[in-house]
Amino acid sequence: MNATSETAMKIQFVLNGEPVSALIEPHQTILEVLRGQFALYGARESCGQGLCGCCTVLVNGETISGCLYLAAMADGATVTTIEHLDANGELDPVQQAFIECGAFQCGFCTSGFILMSRQLLDENADPSEAEIRHYLAGNLCRCAAYPEIVEAVKLAARRRKEALA
Amino acid sequence: MSNDDTAQPTRQVGRSLTRLEARAKVTGRAEYIHNLVLPRMLHGKVARSTVAHGRIRSIDISAARELPGVFAVYTADDVMRVIPEPYYGPAFHDQPILALEKVRYIGEPVALVLAEDPHVADEATHLIMVDYEELPAVFNEVEAAQSDRVLVHEVLRPAGTFPDLKHLAGRKGTNVALDFQLRRGDVDAAFAAAAHVFEDTFTTQQVMHTPLEPMVSIAEPGDGMLTIHTASQSPSFVRIEIARLLGWPENRVRVKSALLGGGFGAKLYIKLEALVTAGALLARRPVKVSLTMEEQFFTITKHATTFRMKTGVSADGRITARKCEVWWNGGAYGDIGPRVTQKSGFTASGPYDIDNVSVDSYQVYTNLPPAGAFRGFGIPQMVWAYESHADMIARALAIDPVEFRRRNILREGRPHATGTVMRDAAIELVLERVAQRMNWQQPFERGTGTLRRGRGIGVGFKALVAPTTSMAMVSLAADGSCTVYSSTVDMGQASDTAIALVAGDVLDIPAEQIKVVRPDTDVTPYDMATLGSRSTFHMGHAVRLAAEDARKKLRELADELGVPADQPARAGDLLRRKYGMQAGNIVGIGSFIPSYQSPNYQTGQSENITPNWMVGGCGVEVEVDTETGHFKLLRFENVVDCGTPINPKVVDTQISGAAIMQLGTAIYERMEFDEVGQLRNASFAEYKIPGIHDIPHVIGRETVDSYQKNGPFGAKGVGESSTFGVASAIAEAIEDACGVRLKSLPLTPEAVFRALCDAKHEPLSEE
Repeated sequence: MNATSETAMKIQFVLNGEPVSALIEPHQTILEVLRGQFALYGARESCGQGLCGCCTVLVNGETISGCLYLAAMADGATVTTIEHLDANGELDPVQQAFIECGAFQCGFCTSGFILMSRQLLDENADPSEAEIRHYLAGNLCRCAAYPEIVEAVKLAARRRKEALA
Repeated sequence: MSNDDTAQPTRQVGRSLTRLEARAKVTGRAEYIHNLVLPRMLHGKVARSTVAHGRIRSIDISAARELPGVFAVYTADDVMRVIPEPYYGPAFHDQPILALEKVRYIGEPVALVLAEDPHVADEATHLIMVDYEELPAVFNEVEAAQSDRVLVHEVLRPAGTFPDLKHLAGRKGTNVALDFQLRRGDVDAAFAAAAHVFEDTFTTQQVMHTPLEPMVSIAEPGDGMLTIHTASQSPSFVRIEIARLLGWPENRVRVKSALLGGGFGAKLYIKLEALVTAGALLARRPVKVSLTMEEQFFTITKHATTFRMKTGVSADGRITARKCEVWWNGGAYGDIGPRVTQKSGFTASGPYDIDNVSVDSYQVYTNLPPAGAFRGFGIPQMVWAYESHADMIARALAIDPVEFRRRNILREGRPHATGTVMRDAAIELVLERVAQRMNWQQPFERGTGTLRRGRGIGVGFKALVAPTTSMAMVSLAADGSCTVYSSTVDMGQASDTAIALVAGDVLDIPAEQIKVVRPDTDVTPYDMATLGSRSTFHMGHAVRLAAEDARKKLRELADELGVPADQPARAGDLLRRKYGMQAGNIVGIGSFIPSYQSPNYQTGQSENITPNWMVGGCGVEVEVDTETGHFKLLRFENVVDCGTPINPKVVDTQISGAAIMQLGTAIYERMEFDEVGQLRNASFAEYKIPGIHDIPHVIGRETVDSYQKNGPFGAKGVGESSTFGVASAIAEAIEDACGVRLKSLPLTPEAVFRALCDAKHEPLSEE
């Protein structure tokens, strides 16, 4: 990015728990800024149209498609990426369940599936298979690890309930 | 896990092991070339042809070059300053790095813009003005094969890499890039004598792999050296091909790969590597080209095909003769298409025992995006036709489809149409296991009213590509730790994990403790490529041999140091004793190439056409809504013969993953071109791949009990096998449910509905 650009603007936000600032262009997406300025590569651009879920990040606690979300809109927000889930050194139960169930092959879509699955379980601690499928319908996996993903979400739901019990 | 956990070391092969890079993948930290940024790197964006066939009169790059932020704009003339003969390709040297004199499809790269900001480079591509003299274009593979009016290429340019293609050099006046033929017995006499003769034509559509990590390559120039970082399935080939283009020795070109975000055949041989090489040498800075999803559709695809099949059958339901004519729509450049044409072409008569066979398989140039390898390497197109035909014949003769196959199946010890005697191909067992999983002998609930149910089964086979070479190195350090060097690319099939299991099995080391070095041609030895389910067999052997070599050297060192033969030879102890401190390595080398005999050019006959056969079968139940043509899969059973599963957990995901991918190409996916050859649906908004709602609730997966005698630990490949039988099984299930037969893919609800209307003599108007 050209720092001397007349259109450049400064934004401030909380990124994975730390206050940060960035000089951005108005056309830049949050995905470009996270990757280009903060070297966070867990969110990735694939379809570029918000249709595959590979670019999923959280803004103010809600999942968004990073390839469509303008960085300027994140000014003052809280942004969380997949890299923050094991900040304390422990994997999130959803991450652990994805490993145990083998819920990925190439791994390119995995960040998005994990973030969406966590959000599902936050909203619905005991989802049915139909509810899992419905919630993850916006994420694509070309390796088609879908059967294992469904199993992983079920396993994570059980683990989270056990942890609360 | 081994049952014996006392005296014997733990067996590694056969463990259900989580992939070694699992933690990196769930934390978002896995390494892909997609993420790589280098100092002073420029981003390249490609200006593409807007006509399907035309001569380039002029290219005006002035406005693009003047756009602030643009570093450079290059055309073919610039490329030739660093690469004088700028044609590349694995089978034919027919593809220019940037269009030279002519363009041959809409979307072909014409110019490259470099800028530090990819948005600037992208904008500049739209400022490039190209003046074309438009030429007539040809899109259909059968028309193109017969055309002498529209020629996509003036002369054929085989690469010389494959001896099977050398006879094509200099051939002119044709769009047929390869004609493979097989002749066995006398088909004409057998048709004349047959009780029944069936003739049908089946077609498949052009589709794209859409790996979610779009194709990406970076070239980094050095002092008389070049490093290419590329999301490639074939780093060794890239090195050889770039060295050839530059006229450099191999050791001045270094090719590094990483984990791939999917490959499926899209990232094979050479794709963007020549383009970034030219850009980086001209700019003298690192250049990255990262395609968009849309651009992938203009880069490589799966062949559309037309398959005309004629089958003679005796009164008792035995196939006596089969004639196959297959036209493969290769698009504008050969890529690996000619090899697909041959390697799949020779299996076109199917896994059946037929005395009289004739196969003609044609790779045809057209003015469409190039076609190459796609999971299955042409086999799914073949199985679609021969299994559809089997079902249609069985129906016509009122024979149960499983029973019809039993009467004709190619059994152990019998010669295939090429003359090669079948060994270790569990075709019959796979068929029987599919039938059992489908409860084929049980009464079947067929539904009522407008919701009708049907079922179908199919089985296919693939000959492992040969002859190809794999090499591997195993190094034991003086603390006893083990590193394996292999150029096999892990693109999601868990090859790193399989390699660790194989090496660990030989060396009695748990696979989790072994490091597998990612492909880097300065470090990892040659491997032909990660394709066609070849790695388990070839690299499996190479790693096994390298580990055995290391074990042998360990024993030799132990003998040298006077360690009694009944005491274990441990690398750490021995190296410390030998060198007096923690120092040194023990390095084992392994190389593997299976035996092979090229098919005879006139007859396609060979006593040894392949090292082994991979087998896959599928059974489906569907429910069709006869009012709308919509249908859903209620059951999806997939059975393969992969010999010994090296890692059963991963094998299961390969079975369902490949089957679901094939489901997409069977019922959803189709690249739609308009009348001038413009692709209309190059995005996930309009090109549908399977999502989580699209998979059947019941997905069965099974590996039959089998052992590949010439395989490492009895294993052979599995990444493609469950693609084989899917499409025809669905078509049969649809006919079984509602009485209409579809012979073109994809099997869409609209196609079903049109066929239902036709059957009622109320046809719908054309699209």
